[in-house]
Amino acid sequence: MSPRLAKALVNGLLLGGAAVALFPLLWMLSVSFMAPGTASALPPPLLPGQATLENYRTLFVRVGMGRYLANSLLVSSAITLLALACNMMAGYAFAKLRFGGRERLFQALVGALVIPAQVAMLPLFLLLKYIGLVNSFAGVIVPAMATIFGVYLVRQYARGIPDELLEAARIDGAGEWRIFAGIVLPLLKPIMVTLAIFTFLAAWNDFMWPLIVLTGQEHYTLPIGLASLAREHAQDTELMMAGSVVTVLPVLGLFLAMQRYYLQGLLLGSVKG
Amino acid sequence: MNTQRVAWLFLAPALLVLGLFFLLPVAAAFVLSLTDYDLYALADLRHLRFVALGNYWELLHRPLFWSALGHTFYFVIVGVPLSLAASLGAALLLNSPLARMQAFFRTALFAPVVTTVVAVAVIWRYLFNTKYGLVNYALQALGLHPVDWLGDPHWAMPTIILFAVWKNFGYNMIILLAGLQAIPPDLYEAARIDGASLARQFWHITLPMLRPTLTMVGILTVAGYFQLFAEPYVITEGGPLQSTVSALFLMYEEGFKWWNLGAASAVAFLLFVVMFAVTGVLLRLARRGGEA
Repeated sequence: MSPRLAKALVNGLLLGGAAVALFPLLWMLSVSFMAPGTASALPPPLLPGQATLENYRTLFVRVGMGRYLANSLLVSSAITLLALACNMMAGYAFAKLRFGGRERLFQALVGALVIPAQVAMLPLFLLLKYIGLVNSFAGVIVPAMATIFGVYLVRQYARGIPDELLEAARIDGAGEWRIFAGIVLPLLKPIMVTLAIFTFLAAWNDFMWPLIVLTGQEHYTLPIGLASLAREHAQDTELMMAGSVVTVLPVLGLFLAMQRYYLQGLLLGSVKG
Repeated sequence: MNTQRVAWLFLAPALLVLGLFFLLPVAAAFVLSLTDYDLYALADLRHLRFVALGNYWELLHRPLFWSALGHTFYFVIVGVPLSLAASLGAALLLNSPLARMQAFFRTALFAPVVTTVVAVAVIWRYLFNTKYGLVNYALQALGLHPVDWLGDPHWAMPTIILFAVWKNFGYNMIILLAGLQAIPPDLYEAARIDGASLARQFWHITLPMLRPTLTMVGILTVAGYFQLFAEPYVITEGGPLQSTVSALFLMYEEGFKWWNLGAASAVAFLLFVVMFAVTGVLLRLARRGGEA
């Protein structure tokens, strides 16, 4: 094969792949601006005849999407902050603080990674029902406040902190809390950003657990609201696409802005053992 | 303050959350699966009875359980190889020295991964709509017959598989790309000098060097695909004719629609055991293959 042909083939295939990956998203964006009822036509239109914001208006004024958006922001931010605090502290302890049974406890936690979260969901629902957290934001937030994956990620990264640095601070009489906040956290900043993005995206996109625990519409997050909307408004293509845009755009934007950190974390997290 | 106590203080929040809201429920799930916990027990715990393996026994005699397990296996067996092939293909293209604008293509191919399943599943419903969907329109433009993607029990699962491949291939692509970049270039250099074709280089250098990464990625994908739920929930609602009811979908309906929490726990546990067995066998096969 001639080099020029090979080059055309490689880049042509990449272009085709990118088109397949992006087309559904671009189509979603385009249809969300179409006038109600105009997307279901033959041939299916690719661009709105006359762009309109009507679907978005309906979504926020009549359907209450604003509420879901606010709920999603609240729940995802709370989870991110709290999980970050718990995971950073635990990850640091596993990496740098000596205590009896440290390795065995860590191994046990990593071993528990293979247990799918769904196994816990039914008893967890009952537990939360008895302590009164079903159909509250806390029902979504509290179980997500720490993750094994997060602890693992922080521990791997924190192992790179030199012990001498911590020892020197201890000799200078700094308390453990001061050492953590003043020395360790600044050094862990990159992994903190990575973990924050991961946690936020996962919380935002989470579906099954919020679906189970948020039983009332006033607490719905975007994915739950959208799924319930999709059952009521199955025929309203344009409205549903506007709803999808509102759901997807924040996370897609966050990813594009912080891509480097996200992909780094993905690779760090995948190199197990 | 001694370090032991400090360490446990630092660990306490995370361990408390994980223990109380994950490990304890996992252990309780097994106990729950041995009871007939249902709507009556939910109202008044005195109605709760211990049924030993009764739930499991009943499940094994329910055709819907077997078909749900079958659909899940179908999704895993067809979906995982397709996903891996797409990931590997994309990673190879991105890693090619001939590729232009790698950063852009990488971002574009990865974009579906960060999107919300529910939102993009809704898109899928319209793209694969029998009458107005663009996919059928394109098929007809090519002179092919339109397909009743979501209305025909034979096509609903393939449609969901296509969705899953589109949504997920970018994730493994990034990991495989890192694996490819870690292969020393002098290996290819030497092969080129020996006159080895691209296909032979792929077969004798790329694949063996990539093997550990591929194994890990493959097993994680298998485990992930066994947990099929949101896609059929949003795209097909389990239909048509229950042809897309997955094991987790069955667990959800059994538990949170009919409130048979005991039986639902048994479904969850059986799925977990099956998943564990399958990934275990795969891991062993991969190890044995690696030694040979």
